[in-house]
Amino acid sequence: MASVTYDHVYKRFGDVVAVNDLQIEIKDKEFLVLVGPSGCGKSTALRLLAGLESISDGEISIGDRVVNDVAPKDRDIAMVFQSYALYPHMSVYDNMAFGLKLRGMPKDEIKRRVEEAGDVLGIEALLDRKPRQLSGGQRQRVALGRAIVREPNVFLLDEPLSNLDAKLRVQTRAEISKLHKRLQTTFIYVTHDQVEAMTMADRIAVMKDGILQQLDTPQNLYDHPANRFVAGFIGSPSMNFFDAHVRQNGGGIKVDAGSFSVDIPQSQAGPYQGYVDKAVVFGVRPEDIHNPDFPPPNITPAPVSAKVEVTELMGNEIFAYFNNGGHSFVGRVDPRSQYGLDQDVQVVFNMDNMHVFDKDTEQAIR
Amino acid sequence: MAQLDQAPGSGSGFNPLEWLGSQLGRLVVSVLVPGVLFVVLWQGFIFLRDSEAPQYLIAIIAIVWGVGGAAALYFVSNWIIERLGPEWTRRLQPFVFVGPAMAILAWYLAIPTLRTLWLSFFDRTSDNFIFLDNYIDIFTDPNLIVVFRNNLLWIVFGASLSVILGLLIAVLADRSRYESLAKSLIFLPMAISFVGAGVIWNFIYEVKDISAPQIGLLNAIWVGLGGEPQAWTALLQPWNNLFLIIIVVWLQTGYAMVLFSAAIKGIPGDLIEAARVDGATEVQIFFRIMIPYIWGTIITVATTIVIFTLKIFDIVLVMTGGRFGTEVIATAFYRQNFTNRNFGLGSAIAIVLLLLVVPVMIYNLRKFGEEEAFE
Repeated sequence: MASVTYDHVYKRFGDVVAVNDLQIEIKDKEFLVLVGPSGCGKSTALRLLAGLESISDGEISIGDRVVNDVAPKDRDIAMVFQSYALYPHMSVYDNMAFGLKLRGMPKDEIKRRVEEAGDVLGIEALLDRKPRQLSGGQRQRVALGRAIVREPNVFLLDEPLSNLDAKLRVQTRAEISKLHKRLQTTFIYVTHDQVEAMTMADRIAVMKDGILQQLDTPQNLYDHPANRFVAGFIGSPSMNFFDAHVRQNGGGIKVDAGSFSVDIPQSQAGPYQGYVDKAVVFGVRPEDIHNPDFPPPNITPAPVSAKVEVTELMGNEIFAYFNNGGHSFVGRVDPRSQYGLDQDVQVVFNMDNMHVFDKDTEQAIR
Repeated sequence: MAQLDQAPGSGSGFNPLEWLGSQLGRLVVSVLVPGVLFVVLWQGFIFLRDSEAPQYLIAIIAIVWGVGGAAALYFVSNWIIERLGPEWTRRLQPFVFVGPAMAILAWYLAIPTLRTLWLSFFDRTSDNFIFLDNYIDIFTDPNLIVVFRNNLLWIVFGASLSVILGLLIAVLADRSRYESLAKSLIFLPMAISFVGAGVIWNFIYEVKDISAPQIGLLNAIWVGLGGEPQAWTALLQPWNNLFLIIIVVWLQTGYAMVLFSAAIKGIPGDLIEAARVDGATEVQIFFRIMIPYIWGTIITVATTIVIFTLKIFDIVLVMTGGRFGTEVIATAFYRQNFTNRNFGLGSAIAIVLLLLVVPVMIYNLRKFGEEEAFE
């Protein structure tokens, strides 16, 4: 059990900066998810911590110990690989026992730990099998088991669910969360899937192009994205963005997107006073766009007229693709909405949950 | 043409197409076509054998005759079989395809093997049946015991040194910046024929009288260090065999290295990294992850080189001609058959060599089959 600190960490591959001034403090027993699109440096950041890549600059500490020059085997970490990386010539038992044998642990202690882990993961019946005789889900459990038996200070998981089918992924996701609660150990989990990040993490670190974009709890990340990239990355379908200007509107201010404009509620107007007549990006999530016939309670509605382009019925909701004067946007509206194609309709934006970003820096204005 | 327009059978004249369709017609054609083909091929053969036409013309005709003849034989036999009705076509057609290969294998391998076995039961002139006496000779004659000992040395040192060195170089080269250069240099001897390698190494082991300058590389170094010139391939039997074995190691290490190198590159990087995180040192990774992972390749390479060293012939013949206690099975067999004209004993030695190779071969094939089924 240990905290992990990335202190101004850089990783360069030639001219490419894969990890750029990464600063994260991960608390003991925390479940931290590193998330971002492929090539964003999240896996490299994890491999730096594992000791599989050398650090170009900065320091990584596990607990109080700087581990820059510590070999992977001496860092007291365990890693689960995307490909599982099971040793094909060893049985499941030997796969899990390998690390313990190398440490010279007594045989009966190894047996106890392996059997306990097998029991926790429900693979006790498979201990004699070879990896090639296992299904994808079983292999994934063995890979987890191999990490568990080591009882490491830090668990590193590099996209461990990517090779599973959708149903198994959801199931295993919950099991990994349970495992974290049970083991009371620091987990660092890399994924490109924002749903995995949102559902499992205590805190999420969103990365892009090697740079940490935002480090926050899932709820804060969703409610208060720090910039346009995070706003678009978290949530599905993605947030709708409109190029717009902030304008004075009588006593209040409004966002003017050209073909439509919406009033900013008085209570939230403060930060935008300085942006009057400046170019901004206005963002609203699909789930904050409603059919005025079925308005949810306690919202601050702003009406916008739109033409319906496509509708996708999900059962519990409708994904409706609208167009307003060239602006395309998607809303998740009430399933009772009777939308015909090319129909002109009124929708309302919930202005309580609106987002405004600086046009140039793309940082959230707040 | 006029007859074609008539309805079949309506004319009183002879209709060749109709006749071709009849039972008798089909039979005649079926016999005639292969007959014509056979005559054409036979005439081609006679021509190629006896003709005094210019060489290049004969070469061209030989190519046309060979390739065209094979194609024609295939087409005609396939055509005949397709005439026999679907049931027989299904039964016989596979043989059209594998038949020629089987026939060639039988003619050039199976029959000579059986004939050699038969001859090994006779005396030196193949006149008197003496059954196992030749085999008793082989395993009791002190000279022939030496032959088997030598072959054992070849197998043990030749195969193990090639495999170990090949593996070592493959692993080291894999981590080197000069990988392709190093591998090219090691692989280079593979391009040299065994006789050529023998000539090269003859120069290296060359010995001159102590008063003369040493032109052999090894003796030049040895004398330069203050030693007496040595006849390397003749001294300290049986260890002089090692000087010959080194040549094969020099030739075969490249082969082993290339296969090992490919196998090592096939080991997933994740696997090595997982072992590293699990706490394995690089040496432990080598012995406990890499070696087991490429074990199939190691077996294949080792058995291939074992078979090769069992059959070793050219190098011994070129270097020592089998003198100084360096005779091996293949040279002994050659000497009995073609120098001593003792066909019985020569054949028996060949059969012993075959019996030694077969188990290794079977193991290799079986292992190969398992590899194919692996995942």
